[in-house]
Amino acid sequence: MAATLTAECRMALPGGFRLDAALALPLDRAPVTVLFGPSGAGKTTLLRLLAGLERPDAGLISFHDRVWCDTARGVWLDPQQRRAGFVFQHYALFPHLTVERNVAFASSAQAAARMMERFDLTALGQRLPRAISGGEQQRVALARALAAEPDLLLLDEPLSALDAAARIRTRRELRSLLVGAGVPSIVVTHDRIEAMALADWMAVMVEGCIVQTGPVREVFARPATAQVAEAVGVENVLPAEIVSRAAGLLHLRVGGTALECLDGGERGSALASIRAEDVALSRDAAHASTQRNRLQGVVRAISIEGPLARVEMDCGFPLVALVTAQSAADLNLLPGESLEAIVKTTSVHLIAAG
Amino acid sequence: MDWQAIGLSLRLALATTLVLQVVGMPLAWWIAFSRRRWKFLVEAVVALPLVLPPTVLGFYVLIAIGPHSPVGAVYARITGGLLPFSFAGLLVASVLYSMPFTVQPMVAAFGGVDRKLIEASWCLGVSRAATFRRVVVPLAGQGIATAAILSFAHTVGEFGVVLMVGGNIAGVTRTVSISIYDQAQSLDYAGAWHTSLLLVGFSFVVLALTYSWQRRAWILWPPH
Repeated sequence: MAATLTAECRMALPGGFRLDAALALPLDRAPVTVLFGPSGAGKTTLLRLLAGLERPDAGLISFHDRVWCDTARGVWLDPQQRRAGFVFQHYALFPHLTVERNVAFASSAQAAARMMERFDLTALGQRLPRAISGGEQQRVALARALAAEPDLLLLDEPLSALDAAARIRTRRELRSLLVGAGVPSIVVTHDRIEAMALADWMAVMVEGCIVQTGPVREVFARPATAQVAEAVGVENVLPAEIVSRAAGLLHLRVGGTALECLDGGERGSALASIRAEDVALSRDAAHASTQRNRLQGVVRAISIEGPLARVEMDCGFPLVALVTAQSAADLNLLPGESLEAIVKTTSVHLIAAG
Repeated sequence: MDWQAIGLSLRLALATTLVLQVVGMPLAWWIAFSRRRWKFLVEAVVALPLVLPPTVLGFYVLIAIGPHSPVGAVYARITGGLLPFSFAGLLVASVLYSMPFTVQPMVAAFGGVDRKLIEASWCLGVSRAATFRRVVVPLAGQGIATAAILSFAHTVGEFGVVLMVGGNIAGVTRTVSISIYDQAQSLDYAGAWHTSLLLVGFSFVVLALTYSWQRRAWILWPPH
């Protein structure tokens, strides 16, 4: 495996946090890499180290055959010399410049106009950043970074500044924009669904260290350590077939069971992901509810994990539910019992397969 | 009214403000963004004129630019003149005396510019100098204007330092505040009254304008 980006950085931050990360990414084979990990794992710091916005105490960073930083030999390239576009968490658009002048900040007028067109920003050209929506700001930030013709794109939690509805819509759009950008990108996120939806390749970071790298499905399917399993832990990732779409909803078939979720434009087969904590259990199948996904199933196993109970169900496919130990006791759950598992439509996240 | 003194004060204030914009801006930039541990020492030195008696500052400046000092000797060799009791000497003293009034509002303004914007510009390949010109200066414009106005007004109003360094030479170093002192000493109360009123009106208008633009006070160092 020829790594196109390698980084080995050690850095002590004020407050006692220590970063000690070794990263090797085959960016030529994977257009989008996600740097994934829980909040406070040091992902943003590592991204800033790659951009040259932070200096490691000791480290070596190289991209293709160019050394960006080598503390042992005293090599240091400034951010300006690295040609790595950076999209900040809140986009950092220049508030005193119009959308058009933001995009053209470091590029020719022609390149900027091309980007404005590609990112569907032409109509917003004369507006100031504060007068456009969060999703539009994100597109401006991407267009501005790409207009400067970088060799690598770094994005820090690009979806976190958006509200929930816009985030779901933008997730898919962002993936195709990044793939279409023609330069590899590294995206920082702490959201499992985002990671699965955006990435080809994934590096998991926990407590300042890179603990696993690999194709995104492999990392989710086979976490190398318990630490990674905990970090990536989505309990339910299910192969799903899209049956039909109507009124903004998708009807899916998972195993032999029907499910529905919000229509994000996916087609064919996909993976449906459901967090265990989003699954509710009910013994009374008759009561009225707004929940649309009601699945009949049989309890396979129950394990108590502190205040929580992990209930493994068979609903035609395996489904894990995480409920409080108290409510498991109140329902008097026993293996072999029939129960109804309830999942809100908005809790079923679809990830395009392949 | 001593129009000659008023004209001299305005010329001195303008020159001082211009010099301070050039000298103070990099200094303010350094104070706003440096992570050096001994930065507080520089801040304290810049702020000294706020608390020192003008006579103390004036005395040291007089000694420092005198013909027997290195600075005075170099100046004498180049221009053939002497710094004390000249307009140039007055300018040196005024620049030092009004330094905090330029540097502090600028530090506050630079500190208020989101660092992410500066970093975004760097990552787009724009040099540090161009980033300063294209991002920092426009966003800190209000603070830079405040710095200029306060330095100008403060220089117009200075007395002690001017008297120590410049003496009282009509048309050369007699500024408007010294002229008022002269008028009062010679019992020309009507003249002193008029000139004083002019200065009060001028100072009030300047401060009112400044505060109407910017709510934040400028006397204390901003947190950073």
